[in-house]
Amino acid sequence: MPEDATPGSTLPAAPGARYHEAVDTRTGMFGTRGSGDTTGYGGLVQPVTMPPPSEPPYGGWFDEVAQALSSGLAEMGLPDTVEQVVVDRGEITFFIRRAGLLETARLLRDGEALRFEMCLGVSGVHFPGEKGRELHAVYHLLSMTHNRRIRLEVACPEGDPHIPSVVSVYPTNDWHERETYDFFGIVFDGHPALTRIQMPDDWPGHPQRKDYPLGGIPVEYKGATIPPPDDRRSYN
Amino acid sequence: MSTAHDATHDPYGASESETTSGRVFTVTGQDWDTVTSGVADEAEDRIVVNMGPQHPSTHGVLRLILELEGETITEARCGIGYLHTGIEKNMEYRSWVQGVTFCTRMDYLSPFYNEQTYSMGVERLLGIEDQVPEKAHVMRVLLMEINRISSHLVAIATGGMEIGALTVMTIGFREREMCLDLFELITGLRMNHGFIRPGGVAQRMPPGALDQIRDFIALMKKRLPEYAALCNANPIFKGRLVDVGYLDLAGCMALGITGPVLRSTGYPWDLRKTQPYSGYEDYEFDVVTWDTCDAYGRFRIRLEEMYQSLRIIEQCADRLEGLQGAPIMVEDKKIAWPSQLAVGADGMGNSLDHIKHIMGESMEALIHHFKLVTEGFRVPAGQAYVPVESPRGELGAHVVSDGGTRPYRAHFRDPSFTNLQATSVMTEGGMVSDVVVAIASLDPVMGGVDR
Repeated sequence: MPEDATPGSTLPAAPGARYHEAVDTRTGMFGTRGSGDTTGYGGLVQPVTMPPPSEPPYGGWFDEVAQALSSGLAEMGLPDTVEQVVVDRGEITFFIRRAGLLETARLLRDGEALRFEMCLGVSGVHFPGEKGRELHAVYHLLSMTHNRRIRLEVACPEGDPHIPSVVSVYPTNDWHERETYDFFGIVFDGHPALTRIQMPDDWPGHPQRKDYPLGGIPVEYKGATIPPPDDRRSYN
Repeated sequence: MSTAHDATHDPYGASESETTSGRVFTVTGQDWDTVTSGVADEAEDRIVVNMGPQHPSTHGVLRLILELEGETITEARCGIGYLHTGIEKNMEYRSWVQGVTFCTRMDYLSPFYNEQTYSMGVERLLGIEDQVPEKAHVMRVLLMEINRISSHLVAIATGGMEIGALTVMTIGFREREMCLDLFELITGLRMNHGFIRPGGVAQRMPPGALDQIRDFIALMKKRLPEYAALCNANPIFKGRLVDVGYLDLAGCMALGITGPVLRSTGYPWDLRKTQPYSGYEDYEFDVVTWDTCDAYGRFRIRLEEMYQSLRIIEQCADRLEGLQGAPIMVEDKKIAWPSQLAVGADGMGNSLDHIKHIMGESMEALIHHFKLVTEGFRVPAGQAYVPVESPRGELGAHVVSDGGTRPYRAHFRDPSFTNLQATSVMTEGGMVSDVVVAIASLDPVMGGVDR
């Protein structure tokens, strides 16, 4: 535990507590590749970073929730489950290690001070540039008792895309996890019937991954050819 | 008297074939004699009925797989995905503003809510939530509430049609037409508006719109009681709806059900009150609840919510009266769409004043126009989730940016998708004839379910 953490807290305190790395690297500026870039911006290399971890106090009720979560997890013998906490734009995100996700979800639902009764599903995000943490599953939770919202984010590597299913805690995630499996290939261990839901059963690949092409064919119009959207010049 | 043998030559009978999983009858609206006589010999076996995806009672391309014992449903499962169009993936290849044009097509009965939740997410990412002008908020609320009425009207109309109450359908679509006329007047389109945009709305209120809105309110106040008179105490209507599609509060919580279905359990959860956005805290309206947990309660809630929406629309019209000439977009020219459309002799189109400005007066304006239209604006990296109370429940867009000019990921938590999961618990153990009533009370829109 970092030395400057508040007593009794098992949450990582400082930005250094967990790495805050670039999720991607952006090169150039106007989408030009190869030669022909006369802007001078072609050689520009910028890291893409997500909002950095926050330090307590997080402000308002965020601290109550963070405190209840950390003490609850410590009691259950899972003190390192929260990787980092990000407070950004008035929303709080807990990064959860995948091994403790199910227990965390149960604690969040049942804890007296937490009471996040409702889960608004899971959404996948693919960061191919974030090595070892390519696939993210993002859960939005709502506490109707306390009128609060939090977000959980769980990451897993592309080579081992397994995250525990929370369907036993939040049955509503049944279809949501099937959808995220369908589109991102995240395997939710413990899901009662993890099959594709939107794409046909025999569909190859997971369409919302970044390396999956959008597809489309060039369209000819009045003699000119318009390429499909993912082949058009884009501004990065 | 027809037998299975005769039926093979009967052009109006259902076709019959033997498969590895048993005998299959394909019914597409013919006589059912073949089926009834065909299954009579093996009455002890279970019967699996596949309903849809092309079926008039399934609210679009929804496939239902029902396992029957006599007329009782023992298992009900949904097959979805027939309307999947990859809108979320497509949005990753367009600019942030173009995203509105895509997401408005998801839940096609409540397009403004899709636009609103997406735009609010982008506004939060940009950090401009406080800069959106008041008039934009009022116009958004106005359009959303008219949209709530038009959406609830379709829910009631199609729900009535499915149980044979055709008058409810015809009058429902008659009133919806007036809502669409208002949309056409204000946004130029009857659906797929792309009107609510990050930073505000696309256009000013057209001249004469407020008068038409007031006429609409006055007319609706006369027409809405017709629904109550037709249905509320109608014994056939009640016989079909009361105690059908039962789902209590615990079930709603576990299954993540929101909207009228949740409120039919007596729990007054409405994001417009509990977590207000776009200035909903400044409007007077009531959250409608019912305590029967059934399809009838949901019908009454939708009916009453239309009255409440009318109240809000009235207040919007009053406020717009005092906001004439007020801005409708954020002041930041880097975010606001550079050109406003104008109404010409041939309908809505480019503003000639704007074209004159960029083509003849200012080269810098032309450069800015080009940059903003082709490249768009950059959104700082991060993620946001700003839900709204759509006619079907909580609709939220999880918007992720990597700091670029296009959404890195946009995921929509659509209430139709989540609510449809309740099909099994609402129908199992009930009668076949109640399945369509239960599903109609959920009011799923397949465009939102499949996205």
